[in-house]
Amino acid sequence: MNVILFLVFAAFSVFCGINLVVQTHPIASALSLIGVMGSLAVLYLLLGGEFIAAAQVIVYAGAIMVLFVFVIMLLNAGAESATFQVSRFVKYFGALLLVAFLGLISFIIQGALPRSGDVIFGAFQGGTALEVGRKLFTTYLLPFEVTSVLILIAIVGAIVLARKEV
Amino acid sequence: MNFFIISLIKVALVAFVLLTTLAYLQWIERKVIAHVQLRVGPYRVGPHGLLQPLADVVKLITKEGLIPSHVNKLFYLMAPFVAVTLALISISVIPFGPQITIGPVTTWMQLTDLRIGILFVLAVSSIGVYGVALGGWASNNKYSLLGGLRSSAQMISYELPLALAVVAPLLLANTLSFRDMVNYQSGYWLGFIPRWNLFPEILGFIVFMIAGFAETNRVPFDLPEAENELVAGFHTEYSSMNFAAFFMAEYSNMVTVTCVATLLFLGGWQPPFPAPYSDVVPILVFAFGGLIALYHGLNPARRMDKFTLPATALVFLGIAAIFGLSLFVPFLKPILMALFWFCGKVLVLLFVFIWVRATLPRFRYDQLMRFAWVFLFPLAMFNLLATSLIVALSTK
Repeated sequence: MNVILFLVFAAFSVFCGINLVVQTHPIASALSLIGVMGSLAVLYLLLGGEFIAAAQVIVYAGAIMVLFVFVIMLLNAGAESATFQVSRFVKYFGALLLVAFLGLISFIIQGALPRSGDVIFGAFQGGTALEVGRKLFTTYLLPFEVTSVLILIAIVGAIVLARKEV
Repeated sequence: MNFFIISLIKVALVAFVLLTTLAYLQWIERKVIAHVQLRVGPYRVGPHGLLQPLADVVKLITKEGLIPSHVNKLFYLMAPFVAVTLALISISVIPFGPQITIGPVTTWMQLTDLRIGILFVLAVSSIGVYGVALGGWASNNKYSLLGGLRSSAQMISYELPLALAVVAPLLLANTLSFRDMVNYQSGYWLGFIPRWNLFPEILGFIVFMIAGFAETNRVPFDLPEAENELVAGFHTEYSSMNFAAFFMAEYSNMVTVTCVATLLFLGGWQPPFPAPYSDVVPILVFAFGGLIALYHGLNPARRMDKFTLPATALVFLGIAAIFGLSLFVPFLKPILMALFWFCGKVLVLLFVFIWVRATLPRFRYDQLMRFAWVFLFPLAMFNLLATSLIVALSTK
């Protein structure tokens, strides 16, 4: 069951990722990106990272991508036209070559890395909100606070840039 | 396998009840608003218009589903689907009652209990904005686009106070699961004041309800479909079942918000009085309602009331009798009591939604935004800080 779900959502996220690049319309690309984020959330959930999954959906799919879509709609960006022509031979042969190339690269990387233990779905227990919160406020307190200060600086910068000159 | 079958039965039951509630919620809304405005509302189809929802469904299904020629077809058809799916899915984590035993089967009156149930509802509602935004954009119509943009801006803005208001009771109960949340609120202070989060978190409850109105695009925050400026906002170009999907999504969101408010602040299915007294309340309520209907049936104001009101009285008295009977049947009592109190609280909150729609005018757009960021957000933040201070001091 878990393996079937993993295969379905992994395939879906790869499909959405390819679709994101292939689509010419910005809204379609943005929606594909949401599809990627959503299926990634399901993968996190399968691995036992339930809090991360919820945060992924709330923050990325629910907040950041809404702003993306919002901006695209406001700019009313239309479908982009292809700026260069590609012959049919290059298109199909190139895709085949790309798949072969990526397969080779991943094979080499997998061979070079030390072998890790098998992944067992649902075995990881550290993904609850309780565990994440505890880690965040003890082990990773400094990075957490530094990140929040960084975001604060970004907010202040955005306000300064957006402010009208008085 | 047993779990699978029980879950299927529960899903079928919840889906049936939810969809019927959505259809009749609209009837209740039309009736209540009509009576507020001194009209009678739907009256022709069935006694007191009771079959109006069925007639509406038939009308919407048989209508021609017109797709305008200038729309982006894929997204145009996807938007209502997204909206209604995401609106209906939240009900799966809502618990309606405690653990019950029917014969050999022991189960919870809930489809599934996630440890992150509340985050799940927030996540689903935060994606729900795509249905509206996409529908507005794909219609390729400036009114629809304005409606869609307004609604995305509004929903993002009001999501912040909503989430902050939700966090405060979570801090008190120290859990993210709805089930534990309700268990935390059981019991009574001084023997008669229910330990609901409503009393320490009255500020949070008010913020939650206001933000809930905005999240569901209801009056006074129904800017996305302001009919005197935007025709019908994001669903201007929709007809037939596509329109019905948006309509259902709005009502379903209303049900979700009221359910969450009940679970977080009003103690879920916990009765407001200690047990022996609260058991007679449903009997009294239904018997009283039945007697009123009987009285008006015997002194009919309209011609048909002679038949319809005694029939209603019979139904009410029958329900009262079932509640009375359940006091002596051990497995029936927890089911009926939990359902009565849960549904009662949800219905009261839904009535408030409809009441507000009948009485309040709409905000102007700049007022809407200023209200969220200058008033509601700081208020929710203050409430959260005060709560966390109290929690930090009391857990020492």
